[in-house]
Amino acid sequence: MADLRTNFADIKSPNPFWLASGPPTNTYGQVAKAFDQGWGGAVWKTIGEPIINVFSRYGSVDLGATRMMGFNNIELISDRPVAENLKEIAEVKRNYPTHAVIASLMVESKRAAWHEMVKQTEDTGADGIELNFGCPHGMSERGMGSAVGQVPDYTCQIVEWVKEVATIPVIVKLTPNVTDITYIARAAVKGGADALSLINTINSIVGVDLSTFEPQPSVAGKSSHGGYCGPAVKPIALHLVSAVAADPSVKIPISGIGGIASWRDAAEFIALGAGSVQVCTAVMHYGFRIVEDLIDGLSTWMDERGHRTLADVRGRALPRVTTWEELDLNYHLLAHIDQDKCIKCELCWTACEDGAHQAIRRLPRDNGGPVVEIIEEACVGCNLCAAVCPVQECITMRQVPNEYPPVSWKEYAAGKRKLAPRSEHFHTATWAPSPK
Amino acid sequence: MEQSVPLSEEQLAKNFADIAPPLTNDAALLEANKCLFCHDAPCTIACPTHIDVPAFIKKIASGNLRGSARVILDANPFGHSCARACPVEVLCEGACVLNDRDEQPIKIALLQRHATDYVLEHKLRLFQPGPSTGKRVAVVGAGPAGLSCARDLRRRGHDVTVFEAKAQPGGLNTYGIAEYKLKADVALAEVQDILDLGVELKTGVTIASIDPLLSQYDAVFVGVGLGGTKRLGIPGEDLPGVVDALTFIEHLKTHPYRETTVGRRVVVIGAGNTAIDAVTQAKRLGAAAATIVYRRSEADMPCYHYEYELAKRDGCGFRFNAAPQRIIGNGSGGVSGLEVRTDLGSETIPSDMVIVAIGQGERDFVVPRNDPRVFVGGDCANGGAEIVNAAAEGGVAAKRIHEMLTGGDAM
Repeated sequence: MADLRTNFADIKSPNPFWLASGPPTNTYGQVAKAFDQGWGGAVWKTIGEPIINVFSRYGSVDLGATRMMGFNNIELISDRPVAENLKEIAEVKRNYPTHAVIASLMVESKRAAWHEMVKQTEDTGADGIELNFGCPHGMSERGMGSAVGQVPDYTCQIVEWVKEVATIPVIVKLTPNVTDITYIARAAVKGGADALSLINTINSIVGVDLSTFEPQPSVAGKSSHGGYCGPAVKPIALHLVSAVAADPSVKIPISGIGGIASWRDAAEFIALGAGSVQVCTAVMHYGFRIVEDLIDGLSTWMDERGHRTLADVRGRALPRVTTWEELDLNYHLLAHIDQDKCIKCELCWTACEDGAHQAIRRLPRDNGGPVVEIIEEACVGCNLCAAVCPVQECITMRQVPNEYPPVSWKEYAAGKRKLAPRSEHFHTATWAPSPK
Repeated sequence: MEQSVPLSEEQLAKNFADIAPPLTNDAALLEANKCLFCHDAPCTIACPTHIDVPAFIKKIASGNLRGSARVILDANPFGHSCARACPVEVLCEGACVLNDRDEQPIKIALLQRHATDYVLEHKLRLFQPGPSTGKRVAVVGAGPAGLSCARDLRRRGHDVTVFEAKAQPGGLNTYGIAEYKLKADVALAEVQDILDLGVELKTGVTIASIDPLLSQYDAVFVGVGLGGTKRLGIPGEDLPGVVDALTFIEHLKTHPYRETTVGRRVVVIGAGNTAIDAVTQAKRLGAAAATIVYRRSEADMPCYHYEYELAKRDGCGFRFNAAPQRIIGNGSGGVSGLEVRTDLGSETIPSDMVIVAIGQGERDFVVPRNDPRVFVGGDCANGGAEIVNAAAEGGVAAKRIHEMLTGGDAM
């Protein structure tokens, strides 16, 4: 079986699956239960001067009948006294010595306050510290959380203060609510961070109640922007993780966070450079038990693919992330419809006709044969038909070889190489309402 | 006749409860979101009234139930009863592309019911009569064909008077659909929606000839349905204890359940969908044995396959290749059995009640088909089909009548 043991910036855990800082890591009982069920690590709910929460805290975005495709919160950091949290962290670490226990911290932006908090935290025996520079709501209004993480100089400064006293690894958690996350990542590195974690939640309003016009989640008729998370944010997180991982001036471990709900999600983050992954929303939805398939699925996949350790997977997709101008313009694809699999819904036709390149032809339904066919000379290989097709592997994209050598935009614009002949729009002016 | 042991009120209510109960809101949302939203959808093509099925389902998914019902009822004024009584297995649901993905089709009928029930519950008025044209149309027969025609004519601004021989409108929707599929109150509420557009209804009026109507109206639509059940032409068929299926079902649907008595052993002659309705309802009323007797083979049965399955699930019996020869009296004014001829010879099937369900005959009603002002639709024109066919034909007739009355301007 694949070896899932993880060494992340010298923080060791039996597997790469950590609970992200949030409601599931609020108490000893939760974290202990999670470890018993298989979680490899936990980042404690952010500790700081205890806050007072509002009662309505979460908002959900459903996709059709699927609940919590996206999720947001306006909950603040821990509302429990610092001493109580630290006592429980120490207890967890004592009872689960081989698991990763990381304290998430957020205090006011004063050197002495950070020094004091870091020292107290180290006394618990915690394996590491995560600096919460990402929380986008509430705390940011008080000059903490993303108010720090959105300014490279602040980020660097506070990391420096922390590193002045910290002897255990310091992870800086980044906010995605910035124009270019690599600037903040570099500032954290400059300040001496041992690792990064990203992404924190994204500024959001999840919806409006149309009978009352209350934004959601509503607190006595009003709301405030909250942090968006859940499956919806995974693609954003994947991009930001890859951007930071690929930055030559970063070079420190990255803990991937954002919409991870399955082992596949986790494997993708790892392939784009994550050394560990953190999960919160999926646990809030389905409970700690999901870790069983995270572990089982990941190790089965690794075994099948011959990856023995996480190091065999980590960053493997990264060299394949490039700039658009480097992509090969002479790589041509053509959609192919497996007519035996086609169920004749015509979704590909309507999508291509209205939303893409008018490269599918309809055939009369009453012939008993195919109802759609690709117009090869018009197909630009965009993938839309394959994306909308409800039957797996019915529409596949096939490469059309040509004699021409690869050419990037950069090369083409410089006049270095030629484009292979390609498909063109062909009936843009022919539309007329069909007779009824 | 030897009667069945009466069932309790509770049991009868259970036996005649909706065979396909409504979806909950959650179930409807889940189901609606499963719909692929096909282009040129096979379900819509399969529906005789061509309801835009993906459109109405999408509206359920978006929470627009009123709009969903409007899509349904715009195409088919009998969207309520069709949701309950349509043979969807051979129409929309049978055409659903998910069948080709080895899945259950979308529950189109139940989704249609979900949307249209919302309209009934909230008493929503979805349609308005069109601006008056001053033209007058007579409709003979207040069944699905006649009332569909009437509604679509009213929406186009024509004055419509509907003549109905029975006490209540709705035709077989009110009097003839198996109770566990469609109850008369729903059928009547559906009709009321149409009447509320300003359609004049005259019940208890039998039209013997349409000639007088042609002198008072600009056009006449005839949707009188079929006549009574055909006669068997065998001895004993006039004995007490022999009843035709339509009379039996109508009695059941117009009286409290316990007032329709059935024999202990019921035999139903015929194997069409009405025969199935009769045999299952006899069983559900408490008959100890209810058996279909059919002169031809199992494969020849005209009923839909799922109706056959339903009857079997209800515990009904089937005798195939058994040709009725004679209904035998019991000497005291009742029935004691049905003599049949089989490949093995003659045999008597003991029975206290015989229900005849061998199809309806044509009405004795002369329609001057060469008169351009006369239109026909529904069972009397198609020989007997589904509600949805009648509704479709009524709608098509309304369009043609409108074209004739306004000089070709279809709308």
